[in-house]
Amino acid sequence: MSNAVELSIAKAINAGIRKSMQEDSRVLVFGEDVARLGGVFRVTEGLLDEFGPQRIFNSPIAESAIVGTAIGLAMRGFRPIAEIQFDGFVYPAFDQIVSQLAKLTNRSEGNLQMPVVIRIPYGGGIGAVEHHSESPEAYFAHTAGLRVVSPSTPNDAYWMIQQSIRSADPVIFMEPKRRYWQKGQVELDGPALGLHQAALVRQGSDLTIASYGPMVVTSLQAAEIAAAEGISIEVIDLRTLSPIDFGVVVESVKKTGRLIVAHEAGTFVSISSEIAAKIAELCFYYLEAPVLRVGGFDVPYPAAKLEELYLPDADRIMEAVDRVMAY
Amino acid sequence: MTYQPADIPMVQFLNQDGEFAVASKEHEIYAELIRGLREADFLKFYRDMARIRRFDNEATALQRQGQMGLWVPAVGQEGAQIGSGYAVGPNDNIFPSYREHGVAITHGVDLMSIIKMFRGVNHGGWNPAEKKFHLYAIVLGAQTLHAAGYAMGVNFEGRAGTGNPDVDEAVITYFGDGATAEGDISEALLMAATTNAPLVFFCQNNQWAISSAVESQTKVPLFQRGLGFGVPGIRVDGNDVLACYAVTKKHMDDARNGLGPYLIEALTYRIGAHTTSDDPSKYRDAEQVAYWQARDPIIRFEKFLRSQGIGQDFFDEVEAAGDQLATEIRETTFALPEPPLENLFDHVYSEPHPLVEEQKAWLRGYEESLGGHSSVSESDESPNYGGTR
Repeated sequence: MSNAVELSIAKAINAGIRKSMQEDSRVLVFGEDVARLGGVFRVTEGLLDEFGPQRIFNSPIAESAIVGTAIGLAMRGFRPIAEIQFDGFVYPAFDQIVSQLAKLTNRSEGNLQMPVVIRIPYGGGIGAVEHHSESPEAYFAHTAGLRVVSPSTPNDAYWMIQQSIRSADPVIFMEPKRRYWQKGQVELDGPALGLHQAALVRQGSDLTIASYGPMVVTSLQAAEIAAAEGISIEVIDLRTLSPIDFGVVVESVKKTGRLIVAHEAGTFVSISSEIAAKIAELCFYYLEAPVLRVGGFDVPYPAAKLEELYLPDADRIMEAVDRVMAY
Repeated sequence: MTYQPADIPMVQFLNQDGEFAVASKEHEIYAELIRGLREADFLKFYRDMARIRRFDNEATALQRQGQMGLWVPAVGQEGAQIGSGYAVGPNDNIFPSYREHGVAITHGVDLMSIIKMFRGVNHGGWNPAEKKFHLYAIVLGAQTLHAAGYAMGVNFEGRAGTGNPDVDEAVITYFGDGATAEGDISEALLMAATTNAPLVFFCQNNQWAISSAVESQTKVPLFQRGLGFGVPGIRVDGNDVLACYAVTKKHMDDARNGLGPYLIEALTYRIGAHTTSDDPSKYRDAEQVAYWQARDPIIRFEKFLRSQGIGQDFFDEVEAAGDQLATEIRETTFALPEPPLENLFDHVYSEPHPLVEEQKAWLRGYEESLGGHSSVSESDESPNYGGTR
């Protein structure tokens, strides 16, 4: 009998962190407002009462210090989970992430491991002010030494946060903030996919959509619309952005011959750029059409009253479906 | 001569003529620690200062001969480095910047590791967990946050302030005057202060950040930089090995005993260039360099030792050991092998990563098709599209 509970993505991450903290006393949580408040999205709510102020504590508002001290704590043998409050606030920590955290294992020829998780709520659609809606995943995916993942369901959130905490390498854990309250079944006894595996979440035969994080739901909506029009769409939740599990995408494209990659980030030099290039290389003789990309525009994330125009929705994906099916 | 007026109090026990004096009653707490030293300690300080000076000059020569891409001389800073380095206890951890060759030898780092790094064989090569002397950090100030995090971890483990010298630990981080302008150092001071971390900030103010004089980095003496964050500080004569030892020892002991962070500014001078790519004659006067050469930490300490009755034999022996070291360094450098191809890929991640594995396999095949690169052979791998199973 399955041991499942219904949780939101936010609660599922909370439950995953709680389980990791129970299992390993070296797991620490810190960041801005994570302790008594439980973070601005309440993801760490209740952990202070259970684990006390030596395991979960508020950091000063100093992102470079949050990541820099996480590195020092990892050198000491702790497994820090550092929260960056919003996507657009990660840049003050950029040096510590890309020049220190990502490189220390390499710099030390493997003598140091960096089991650090950096949690970043990302993406738009919540009507926020500037710097609260960005999708910076490509910066981190581009950086050797980091692992980058993004769950799209409560079950994945629950398992992937635990796998990230257990990873000996640094993991940038991108949380789809507008889906935090989306509920779903969490299988508490597993089984879970590997951290760096993509998942086929809808079977289809005419076309593949690969997506991740907040856009997986949108892609599934598009697949429903398309089904009503007689187009059978296969949907892949990439789940992992570095490394990318190309195997699942390749197998799907060999079957469907068509691929759309969808994400919120602007498409220029993005996750979809990488997938388009790789699929052109690996599936050249199977493709019936060019790989199309659906994303935000290559402009700064707009003011809230313009974000509906910026963010790709199911209709924008359908526009690409029409184009790719026309070949 | 420098922007800091001479009347700023500074802990100094040896003047430039090597005469010992305790200038102020407040410095008695430090002077006590020097009275606890024995002759063997003094000789060790001298031997290591001379050794690192000789090493440094040899390394510059090797760079000039094309054996290294770059060298970062520490000439003139030996007093600050050897004095403070020997004040760090066996349980303590050191987070250096990139000019701490003297501190490195006080904690058993092989000098050839430093040569290898600047030759481009690797990025350091010593095991920081084993040496408790962490790898050189090139991005200024970044290591001070690692030190702060590490020291927070010491507190979490309850290993500061227990009163048991076998248990208690402290952390020291080194940086220069130029680095104090970096935000990371301000954030590290704040983190250490708010968590009462057992961390000593050791600033070697060598007065030059490449071509920028220290006046362009700060408006107040650097030992006061921590005050706004709640980290008290003191200035010490960085060219007085005894003062550097005593001040560092006192504040490392305090940190170990749970008294929290402290900032030490060691006023010294970068006699040489910033690196071998630099030309200091373009931006500073010869008179300034001469002024500081007259305050050389090694010459000063030699005068002190002679006044204590140390004979010529000792100095001859140190000189001969230096010659031998120079020969060894040269010969070992010439014999250094090229790193294998695997080193490009093998430690990017701790756990297997498909992209790295794929690129490693490709490069190995490519190199073999060209006639081979030194490489450990492995069995062929099947194509991997990226999934880790």
